[in-house]
Amino acid sequence: MSSHRTGSRGVDSDFLALPLKQLADAALSAAIAGGASYADLRVHAITTEIVQLRDGELESAVLDREIGLAVRVIVDGTWGFASHAGLRPDIAADSARHAVGVAVTLAALNAERIELADEPVYLDATWVSDYRIDPFAIPTDEKVALLGEYSGRLLASDGVDHVSAMVNTVKEQTFYADTFGSSITQQRIRTMPTLEAVAVDAAAGSFESMRTLAPPSGRGWETLADDMVWDWSAELAELPALLAEKTKSPSVIVGPTDLVIDPTNLWLTIHESIGHATEYDRAIGYEAAYAGTSFATPDKLNTMRYGSPVMNVTADRTVENGLATIGYDAEGVAAQSWDLVRDGIFVGYQLDRVFAKRLGKARSNGCSYADSAHHVPIQRMPNVSLQPGPDELSTDDLISRVTDGIYIVGDKSWSIDMQRYNFQFTGQRFFRIRDGRLDGQLRDVAYQATTTDFWNSMEAVGGASTWRLGGAFNCGKAQPGQVAAVSHGCPSALFRGVNVLNTREESGR
Amino acid sequence: MIPAQQVVELALDAAATSGRCVETIVIVSDRAEASLRWAGNSMTTNGVSSSRTTTVIAIVRRGDTAHLGVRRSSVVEPNAVGPLVAAAEEAAHAAPEAHDNAPLLAGSGEPADWGDPVPGTGVGAFAEVARALSAGFACTDRLYGFAHHVVETTLVATSTGVRRRFTQPTGSVEINAKRGTASAWVGVSTPWFIDVPIDAMLVELSTRLGWARRTVELPAGRYETLMPPSTVADMMIYLGWSMDGRGAEEGRTALSAPGGGTRVGEKLTDLALTMYSDPLAAGLECAPFVHTAAGSERLSVFDNGMDIDRVDWIRDGTISSLIYPRATATEFGVSAAAPADNLLMTGGTASLAEMVAGTERGLLLTTLWYIRTVDPTTLLLTGLTRDGVYLIEDGEVTAAVNNFRFNESPLDLLRRASEAGVAETTLPREWGDWATRAVMPTLRIPDFHMSSVSQAQ
Repeated sequence: MSSHRTGSRGVDSDFLALPLKQLADAALSAAIAGGASYADLRVHAITTEIVQLRDGELESAVLDREIGLAVRVIVDGTWGFASHAGLRPDIAADSARHAVGVAVTLAALNAERIELADEPVYLDATWVSDYRIDPFAIPTDEKVALLGEYSGRLLASDGVDHVSAMVNTVKEQTFYADTFGSSITQQRIRTMPTLEAVAVDAAAGSFESMRTLAPPSGRGWETLADDMVWDWSAELAELPALLAEKTKSPSVIVGPTDLVIDPTNLWLTIHESIGHATEYDRAIGYEAAYAGTSFATPDKLNTMRYGSPVMNVTADRTVENGLATIGYDAEGVAAQSWDLVRDGIFVGYQLDRVFAKRLGKARSNGCSYADSAHHVPIQRMPNVSLQPGPDELSTDDLISRVTDGIYIVGDKSWSIDMQRYNFQFTGQRFFRIRDGRLDGQLRDVAYQATTTDFWNSMEAVGGASTWRLGGAFNCGKAQPGQVAAVSHGCPSALFRGVNVLNTREESGR
Repeated sequence: MIPAQQVVELALDAAATSGRCVETIVIVSDRAEASLRWAGNSMTTNGVSSSRTTTVIAIVRRGDTAHLGVRRSSVVEPNAVGPLVAAAEEAAHAAPEAHDNAPLLAGSGEPADWGDPVPGTGVGAFAEVARALSAGFACTDRLYGFAHHVVETTLVATSTGVRRRFTQPTGSVEINAKRGTASAWVGVSTPWFIDVPIDAMLVELSTRLGWARRTVELPAGRYETLMPPSTVADMMIYLGWSMDGRGAEEGRTALSAPGGGTRVGEKLTDLALTMYSDPLAAGLECAPFVHTAAGSERLSVFDNGMDIDRVDWIRDGTISSLIYPRATATEFGVSAAAPADNLLMTGGTASLAEMVAGTERGLLLTTLWYIRTVDPTTLLLTGLTRDGVYLIEDGEVTAAVNNFRFNESPLDLLRRASEAGVAETTLPREWGDWATRAVMPTLRIPDFHMSSVSQAQ
């Protein structure tokens, strides 16, 4: 028995009580008997509870448990996949035969023989993420009550007309077995809370909103339960005044602008312009018809200047409380960390076992993931993070370097093109910087750039004290569409001369 | 798996036996799915799946208040149904008041097809598509794409006797072709994969790639632009998703009116454009009744089983309806209106070819991508052009143009549109994961706002 990394908990007993070994035996033996050269079985359970309140009153609370089994095979160099909701050995064997049938049917249209990079075998391995309070041990009505109380604090403030509140909690459990001999059981938790306050100007027919900055993470109910993980007391107390100030703030003047970008905003820019751009499957065209390709093509590996010399970006599936953190990926590859950009140079990709082999690497870096039993594992994003600088610059230090600029806090709108060049982002809060100090808020701000121009304009990064982990539950990729949760850590950072737009002017008003 | 109908009866029986809740709603959806995916003229990830979702909504009524417990599960074993019902009942007893409270609908008996077997699908659905694609794979253009077929049968039953059933077929084929640095896209919606015109799609792709023999770099700016149906669909679907009545009534959407109230009654355009959803629209049929596990500003679980009728959201260029569940409609003194899972817009009579011929200088788009809200007060959206922007000069396509980032509002596009072409069935590119049933016209926009140039090809 091996154990790669295990938190203080074990996998829940109800999942372990499933006939996991029998399902694996049935599926893998049926696949081999059907002619497969390789097969894996995944039993995948996702338990989700989404609670939503509007103006402090319950709008929706749904607890959902999805479970099923998936069999993936390689037959004569071609993938086949089948899944089913039933968890019986006969269904597992039938699914394996269906998967073989898919591969056989389509083999004539496959021009690229599938081969997998080697990986050690992990027998009876177990991994559980590190969380303090299992959110599914908290009754729904307690979740509703807490969100209601938080909403009430905002609604009690002058200038707040409406509040929406939501928490999304997920428990993901998997059992994986393959014909190499690995068998791995895992469990992880994630939690995403948001509250948004809205101020309405009924006479003008207009409104303004502001959302909390608490990030989603691989933590449990401790995310919301008190102020230990996130200082809800402070944020809920300050948010109404910030919103009121924003409604009265001047509209931004367009043009090249120096920006200090807070980690609460920059994580999303990293996600779109680095995270997706360094997916190897995308770079060689596997997502060309849907999510797109990438400017970071293999011929540029180890030579292209991605950004300024202060830019160092790592990928990992190991960071504490990361949304993409796991013990082993969906192909039984142990979690790792590695460089994507070093001293501004593009040096690494995200890989699964097929693409590692294709790129000539001895080993996958463990980026395979499927979001349910009913989807094929594909290469998905690990935690991708910008590293802090060695000089321990604070956010105030970065702001002090700016004569006339904007400090951007919190994410909102995002969009990037299908080769990851042109992006546009907005935010939650925009503070004008004058002569090295904050001077009130601005509104209607968006920043727009080309990826490499933007990262080459990064003059300085904050120190470790400014580094924060942001992230999202809803990263989309592949057809049929799959979502994945992923974290991005980053420090505050200073960018020079980024093109700022005025969103009111963009709408022609 | 036991039949879906049996799951319904097991759940309702368990609820009746328990007696803990006064009312129960059960929704069972059986889903079969098959997919083909290819890249660089070779198949990549393909598969089939079979799944079931069972939703139990338990309702406790105390005086004038109602309390909901909602539990959903994909577990298919019969002995899982009772515990699912019990969990929903327990949640209902602990839940605070539901503010979209409305009486459940009265039953009208089982429809004739209630007991019929649930249809499925598999890779066999793609036999003709795969055969035709193989010819494309043999050519020099590089093909990328996806064929997807989902057959989902949903049964809704309530303890008040409602029994509704609908089988929703959803299918699409998208092909992206690349030749050198040129890229083109075509896509079709095909609910049952009958007579999918792969050969014609490949010809169309070749024509469009041929248009890229000459390329022209254009700067950002405002251009006369022909938006073909797929692009209009992507913008109008977003508008449709933004038409909830409560938000507009409360002053927090782009459909809120200055001084209070909504923009219903506001004329957007003199063009005779009517945007509507209709579950009976030929070729775009979808569920003619509400089925939802989660309440929202658009849907209420209390309305499960309620008829969905045709609704004109925009009629003859004037905003005419917003989305109201029954309880919200009562609160604001309007009629309930539920959106069907399709969107149509009437148009004019001109074909796209005729509109191109009538253009002195302008742009012809293919698809839009990565559309997101920038400013919700105006419903300003940003996004990118993708896989083919073409220059029209003196009535002919003369070159391919670079891609752009745009910033536009669908409301403003309707306000500024100067011509609408014939409406036709189309596949929305950006929202195709969720919305494949659309009929839209081509729109001519005199001054489409291309905010910046994208280097993407």
